[in-house]
Formats: sequence, structure tokens, C-alpha cells
Amino acid sequence: MRVAFTLNGRNVEAETEPRILLVTLLREAFGLTGTHVGCDTGQCGACTVHLDGRAVKSCMVLAAQADGRSVLTIEGVAAKGENGGESLHPLQTAFRDHHALQCGFCTPGMVMSGLDLAAHLDSPDETAIRHGLDGNLCRCTGYRPIVEAIAQCIREKG
Amino acid sequence: MYSGEGLMFPFDYLRPQSVAEAVAAHDGEERRYLAGGQSLLAALKLRLAQPTALIDVARLPELSGIEAEPGRLVVGAGTTHAALAECREIAALARLAGSIGDLQVRNMGTLGGALANADPAGDHAAGVLGLGADIHTDRRIIAADDFFLGMFETALEPGELIVSVSYPRPRRAGYAKVRNPASGYPVAGVFVAETDDGVRVAVTGAAACPFRLTQFEMALAGDFSVAALEGLGVPAGELSRDLHASAEYRAALIPVLARRALGQGGEG
Ligand SMILES: Cc1cc2nc3c(=O)[nH]c(=O)nc-3n(C[C@H](O)[C@H](O)[C@H](O)COP(=O)(O)OP(=O)(O)OC[C@H]3O[C@@H](n4cnc5c(N)ncnc54)[C@H](O)[C@@H]3O)c2cc1C
Ligand code: FES
Ligand code: FES
Repeated sequence: MRVAFTLNGRNVEAETEPRILLVTLLREAFGLTGTHVGCDTGQCGACTVHLDGRAVKSCMVLAAQADGRSVLTIEGVAAKGENGGESLHPLQTAFRDHHALQCGFCTPGMVMSGLDLAAHLDSPDETAIRHGLDGNLCRCTGYRPIVEAIAQCIREKG
Repeated sequence: MYSGEGLMFPFDYLRPQSVAEAVAAHDGEERRYLAGGQSLLAALKLRLAQPTALIDVARLPELSGIEAEPGRLVVGAGTTHAALAECREIAALARLAGSIGDLQVRNMGTLGGALANADPAGDHAAGVLGLGADIHTDRRIIAADDFFLGMFETALEPGELIVSVSYPRPRRAGYAKVRNPASGYPVAGVFVAETDDGVRVAVTGAAACPFRLTQFEMALAGDFSVAALEGLGVPAGELSRDLHASAEYRAALIPVLARRALGQGGEG
């Protein structure tokens, strides 16, 4: 079957099979390997992308379910500048400022969930941010710097 | 071509445009509806099922939207847990939906899928049973009291599609659960409501199937307060025992959760 959707702002098409997962399509058809597979069972959140603006686990979504919709991956988060350069999104900068990544395996998923939280939380409430990160596991940082980075991003949006 | 190929058994994918088309596409046996996929895809990955086709109902217009009617709230079966958590019409229901799984699961998983799946620890079971909701399908209306038959077993006929759920607005209601820290599923969850038709208390996560606590309901009917529950308990006999909790622990949790749910006590 063929699927067509918006991927990081571009219209794309790919040949796939109904049982192929969105994460597999992103990584193998489009080479977007920033979206990681940690568990493949919906537990770890490393595969988190946005589907129509909301964070979902792309290992728990069929590529077919994205047909006609809009997908954002970590590769589409930084703003494209002139001369092909990119400038980090404020949340990515906040991750750097707060040392919110160590090995980096969880980071793409954390940023994608963090963007959803930054867009939908009204205040940088720690409990709410931690509840919002229930679906993202990190083995390195202890979470505190990640929570602080997301809180900073929410504060900056005012 | 793709490396994930060996994972799930192959199936066809259909995306009908209306309820009538979806129901016509279902053969009653080998095909399955697909909503958010948050339970079904997990089962398919484990090769626990081998449907010949998935019929995607997530975008059907008839299954979408939340409508406030006088005395009732009608929620489309395709409504995500996240959308229900953001809906302020019935606060206890929003709190329940917001407690499910995690952010990503709530963004994909739907009310209809959760009810049809009938996980013994499903949160929505407590909401529909605790409020005495009506489950509207493509062919009839099923009262919550008649819907859950057993573990992963409902009154739905093969190929029957949930279209919406009509909740009566409670005067007061609350929901409290003890979350499994890994999954978010309730080890036990209690929904307490005072509606125009009386008091209802529903428990999920504690047995093969959600159930009502009539003794608690009678006690609360005269006095909708924590004090009315004084001395009431639940026998461990029929409750689940698994790696998460013993039956005795669940029996001890239920009155505590009922008191917490009452304590939220606020407007619906
Ligand atoms: C990590 C994780 C944590 C979770 N934690 C919780 C939790 O804490 N509490 C909780 O309650 N749930 C939890 N869930 C399950 C979640 O709520 C699912 O969203 C829900 O069980 C199924 O909804 P769905 O829309 O994804 O359905 P699907 O997975 O698409 O379908 C489930 C079943 O319902 C059928 N179906 C779907 N829609 C309809 C319909 N409209 N009419 C008839 N049949 C239909 C399908 O054929 C299938 O058999 C969790 C899931 C995951 C992956
Ligand atoms: S890889 Fe998808 S949740 Fe772990
Ligand atoms: S930075 Fe290593 S898993 Fe999070």
C-alpha cells in the first residue's frame, strides 16, 4: 500500500505494508534515525514523534495510521535558517543549558514529549511535568535536569 | 524490505468513511476494528491475534466529538483519553482520563477502544459503571450494568461497533486509584457518584471484571460523606491476586480509595 503524509513540513509518500510501524517507516524509508527504538512495546518513549501536533509512540502506531496526517520528528524541530543552517528550538537549547542529556538515547523522545507539554501546560508545575513524562524513560540523568529544561521552556513562553 | 516485517502477522488495512461502511466491512470474525491501537497493536506484536484485516475507525466523523446535552454528556467513541482529560464538563471523568497510562498513550488511545478491550484494570470501566452510562453502538444501546461480562469480555456482538457513550451528569463524583508505577493501570480504582438516579460506587482493577459495591452505595445514599463508610469493608475472597498485589491488599485499598474519591467530592 501507499501512504502519503506531511513529514517535518514536507509532503512525502512511501510504499509500505499495513503491518509496518510508523517508526520503521521513518527510520528505514526516510532515514530519520533520530527517532529511536528502545523497547518496541510502548514502554520507553524513545520513539516519540508528533502526530497532528500531539506526542505519540511511533512503535505503537502503524504507518498506515499516519496516512493523510502530519508527522513531526526530532529532525524537524530546529528552525531552518538561511544557507541551510539550523538554529536550535528553545527547548533544545534548554536541554543543553540544563545538561538534560547524557548518553542521548532518550533525548529525541524526551524533546518530543517536552514540546507537547510546553505547548499544553499553562504553568511550569513540576508535578505536572513529571506526570507528563511518565511515558519516557531515561537511564542516565535522573530526570531532574529534563524537568528543569521543560520548565524553563514553559516559563520563556510566558 | 523493512526490518520490522517479521514482527506482526500480515493483515489488510481498511479505512471506511462511515459507521455503515465500517460495520459492513467487518465479517464478524477474522477482521478487527482499529482505534488508537494502544492495546490492539501490543496484542498483534505478541502474535496473540491474527486478524485478516484491521478496519480503522479512529477518524470516523460519527465517532468524534463531545456534546454537552441537558443532564448528559455524550462522548464519541473515537475521543482520545487526552481530549476527555481536557474536557471540563465532568471533572471526575477528566481526572480519570488524565490518569490513564502516559501522555503518548492518552494522545492515541480512545474511549471506545478501552471499553471494547475490557481490560480488567481499565480505568474507563469505573467511569461508565460508576456513572451508569449508556453505551451506544451501531445497533442498540447497552447499559453499563449489562456491558462487562468478564475478563476481556463484553456484551458486544461480533462486529458490533461502539459509536458513543452517554454519561448522566452527576451532582457529585470522584475517582481515586492506586497506579501501577510502571504501566499506570490501576491496582485498584474506585469511582463514586451521586446522580439523579441515586448513588453508585464502581471498582476496577480488583477483579476479573469491574463491579459495583451495593453495600457502599446504600450507606452513601442517606449520607454522601466519608463518615457514612465507617466500618464498611470488602471481603478478599473474589478479588484478584497477581504479581502486583494480593487479594487482601486490594480489599484493604478499596475502602481507602472510596474515601479518597468521596473526598474529591466536588461538582461532577
Ligand atoms: C504503555 C501503556 C499504558 C497503558 N495504561 C493504561 C491505564 O493506565 N489505564 C487504562 O485504562 N488503559 C491503559 N492502557 C490501554 C489504553 O487505555 C488503550 O488506549 C485502550 O485500552 C484501547 O484503546 P485504543 O483506542 O487504543 O483501542 P485499540 O487498541 O485500537 O483497540 C482495542 C480493542 O477494541 C476494539 N475496538 C476499538 N474501537 C472500537 C469501537 N469503537 N467499537 C468496538 N470495538 C472497538 C478493537 O478491535 C480491539 O479489539 C495503556 C496502554 C499502554 C500501551
Ligand atoms: S520504542 Fe516505542 S515506546 Fe519504546
Ligand atoms: S540520557 Fe541516557 S537514557 Fe536519557
